[in-house]
Amino acid sequence: MTWDNEFAMSVLPELLQGLVVTVKLTLCGISIALIVGLIAAVLRFQKIPVLAPVLGFYVQFMRGTPLLIQAYVAFFVLPQYGITLSPFVTGVIVIGLNYSAYTAEVYRAGIEGVPTGQWEAVAALGLGARRKWLRIILPQAVRTMVPVLGNYFLQMFKDSAILSAITVVELLAAAMKVGGNSFRYLEPLTLAGLLFMIISFPASLLIRRLERRFATTH
Amino acid sequence: MPQHTDSFSLSNVDQPTRNVEIEFNGVSKSWGENHVLRDLNLSVTAGEKVSIIGPSGSGKTTILRVLMTLETPDVGVVSVGGDILWDVKAGVKPKETKKMRATRRKVGMVFQQFNLFPHMTALQNVIEAPIHVLGLPKKEAEERAVELLGLVGLKNHMSHMPHQLSGGQQQRVAIARALAMRPRVMLFDEPTSALDPELIGEVLGVIRQLATTTDMTMLMVTHEMRFAQDISDRVLMFDKGAVIEQGPPDQIFASPEHERTRRFLSMMLDR
Repeated sequence: MTWDNEFAMSVLPELLQGLVVTVKLTLCGISIALIVGLIAAVLRFQKIPVLAPVLGFYVQFMRGTPLLIQAYVAFFVLPQYGITLSPFVTGVIVIGLNYSAYTAEVYRAGIEGVPTGQWEAVAALGLGARRKWLRIILPQAVRTMVPVLGNYFLQMFKDSAILSAITVVELLAAAMKVGGNSFRYLEPLTLAGLLFMIISFPASLLIRRLERRFATTH
Repeated sequence: MPQHTDSFSLSNVDQPTRNVEIEFNGVSKSWGENHVLRDLNLSVTAGEKVSIIGPSGSGKTTILRVLMTLETPDVGVVSVGGDILWDVKAGVKPKETKKMRATRRKVGMVFQQFNLFPHMTALQNVIEAPIHVLGLPKKEAEERAVELLGLVGLKNHMSHMPHQLSGGQQQRVAIARALAMRPRVMLFDEPTSALDPELIGEVLGVIRQLATTTDMTMLMVTHEMRFAQDISDRVLMFDKGAVIEQGPPDQIFASPEHERTRRFLSMMLDR
């Protein structure tokens, strides 16, 4: 089997459509992960009796089970309970919630990295919970969190290919579809891999720059 | 030494009767086997300047931290300005209440490590709490902050970030930040212990000025013996969780009664 340039060019538009879906999937997924993870992390810090262990279990459960199983459960089992969502929405929610467990841990480490003296200064000045988190603690915690969150962002971009298993037509699924139709997998899969890299490589350089910037300012 | 401006004065007219401002009644606190406060009874009158001296780890700082509600006593009653801050029966862990927060607002604290907010300028550090806790309009809070930063000699450093300031300058910003809340009681927790020797004087100068020109009640934990002698109305010698001796500074420094005090002072003064 040899590389066929003409065939490769002919399947490229369909793969690019898949890439658009992958990017959308990642952007929506990371938004959910960032928000849900933050809520989970801050709530865990409030040490609310029943809620704190529940959130702790949530984090452990999401990190301890494969993303693929979570996706299958959401896709095949939930509809039996009357919850039917499109494959894309299901995929976004599954990958977003899955990563929220990781982002929650990143936030936790970042928050714990803020020196005790800062919490004490907040208490001594009598600043309320909202000001404490939004103005004092989180802005300082963000410095250590940004590079790590960036890496998870990148990892999610690649992991989103798993969601092809629940019929989300993202980049990998698009490549498999073209391959199945023509019985030629070499070009579509190679191009799919290259398209992943065209985005992830510059992104990783950007993250490295962020890492350096946040390391030096403080 | 920075001048006191006319429009802002921390000093009130002398009250004819001096009220009790701070009161500790049977307050104890321990960390496992380490008793940092043992049945402490202490009463400080309004406007009084009290220095607390004693060996490291003797619990001096805990007195301040309990007043700032950074730590919970195991048992005892603590009141500030007649309002109860802590009332802890043995085995009952009190919750933070609205009233406690209101009472705590009468107290300001300066920390050993300054604890400025590193991502805010000196000015922002000072206006943050007046705006968001006291509800002052931004303009008024800024005017107050400018005066206070002037008072501590940092009028030209208002837009500096903490990491651009020396330790002594950071501590002076921290003092201005605490003063901006107009506390009736100021607590100083070893305010110069983290400073290079050549920077200690500028911070002590500011505290000295506050002590002599204002009517705030001041409680200070310090290892600066001469300074404590100069500015205090009363000195407490603290050891192993208890006040073992107290009195006017001249008496404590010139003729201490307790053997432990004598040894501690000779150690500190011989340094």
